Amino acid sequence: MSYPQAFRYSKEHEWVRLDEDGTAVVGVTHFAQEQLGDIVYLALPEPGTSVVQFAKLGEVESVKAVSDIFSPLGGTVLEVNKEAVDHPEVVNQEPHGRGWLVKLKPGDLGGVRNLMTAQEYEAFLAADGTKRH
Amino acid sequence: MRAEAHSQPLLRTSLYDAHVALGARMVPFSGWEMPLQYTSILAEVRAVRGHCGIFDVSHMGRIHITGPKAASLLHKLLAADVLALQEGRSRYSFLLNEGGGIIDDTILYREGRDSFILVCNAANRPAVLEWIGRWAAPQGAVAVQDRTVGTAMVAFQGPRALPLALSLSPLLDGLRPFTFTRTQILGSECMMARTGYTGEDGVEFILPAEAGPLIWRALQEMGAAPCGLGARDVLRLEAGLMLHGSDITPSTTPLEAGLDRFVSLDKEDFIGAQTLRDQKRSGVSRRLVGFRLLARGIPRHGYPILNGTRVVGEVTSGAYSPTLDMDIGMGYVALTLSAVGTRLQVDIRGRKVEAEVVPLPFYARRPAR
Repeated sequence: MSYPQAFRYSKEHEWVRLDEDGTAVVGVTHFAQEQLGDIVYLALPEPGTSVVQFAKLGEVESVKAVSDIFSPLGGTVLEVNKEAVDHPEVVNQEPHGRGWLVKLKPGDLGGVRNLMTAQEYEAFLAADGTKRH
Repeated sequence: MRAEAHSQPLLRTSLYDAHVALGARMVPFSGWEMPLQYTSILAEVRAVRGHCGIFDVSHMGRIHITGPKAASLLHKLLAADVLALQEGRSRYSFLLNEGGGIIDDTILYREGRDSFILVCNAANRPAVLEWIGRWAAPQGAVAVQDRTVGTAMVAFQGPRALPLALSLSPLLDGLRPFTFTRTQILGSECMMARTGYTGEDGVEFILPAEAGPLIWRALQEMGAAPCGLGARDVLRLEAGLMLHGSDITPSTTPLEAGLDRFVSLDKEDFIGAQTLRDQKRSGVSRRLVGFRLLARGIPRHGYPILNGTRVVGEVTSGAYSPTLDMDIGMGYVALTLSAVGTRLQVDIRGRKVEAEVVPLPFYARRPAR
């Protein structure tokens, strides 16, 4: 699995993609979905909710365990991926694509500096990534 | 599946290399390094319900108890009527402490008049050996041999398991539930037992450890899906089967867990009988119930069960059931709250989710043929 170059990554295994229209799309990484196993529920904030970078964004519940998801950027929730909420298996199947979680209107874009590039994230996984959180 | 500390080196079954080659995620479990899943827990559950799956259950204890006094010893240690158990048959039963609490739940196989195999939970093998040894020593004429490490045990489960397994041994045709036989399979001495822990029909093979990989490969080639501990836990919960250490423990009795039918209260005295007879007479004050959630969420082990604002118990086991597409769980509540249809709540990390008591098992397969 390769990690898209255009994304930025957090140590908590979330990714964010900044689109040209100014929205930030957030999801969990392939590594995260693999560690979680079969995802059965997502608890995500309502549109309009303010989120703070690296603070709790929601919960992802797999057959094995429940884990918090942390927002890789601060901002306001614009949209929740209804397909992922109704069919959480898409997060397992396409974590970097159809299985995105929320779209944000970013607050301070400077927060991107606190995130890793794809190369940095892959190096992070190789060094430390065997343990989630 | 709870994490555990690695204080001791983990044991590996004879199938360890096969699991690793299949890409299994290996986890520590009761002192063994075991496969949690190969592909996906849900896919493995579906394979067993729809077709067939194989499980390495070599970590379970296999204790041979033999000698002229073996039957009378086991009759005293187990809640089942061991003297009435016929050769070639097996029984699900319990080792109880003096207070009627469950030391372990086991399957006892009677091989001969004076020869038994007790299959116990991996985590409890030391405690079971200690308990049997304590009662066997003073009376003598009983040999207790732990053959867990030298043997492998593979469970083949699912609606297609028995028809497919017939090609390994024609003796399986006519092997009734809770019976077993010995035969040669793939050149090895093998015990075949019609038992399991999934709620599906199937057969369990016990054979020399070195023959484990042979039968595993043969069953896989027949189309059986390798299944890990994750799927096994979901399957057994759907089938209303108990997990010792969670649903039943040394401080719960078989009657509280609703397992009356596996207890022979009218036989001679056995350890724990007095408590059970008292409970039978005056009634139990709490019962293990099955419940389903009426909104989304997974009720996990240890979550509080509420009746309004009052905590009335805690979840002993819970899971998302892919077979029923429902969130299910079990837990002990006061007898007055145990009737089917009773509304309760589960506190899921601060969120109160409505639940309804439902009959156990959650899932029962259609009767065979």
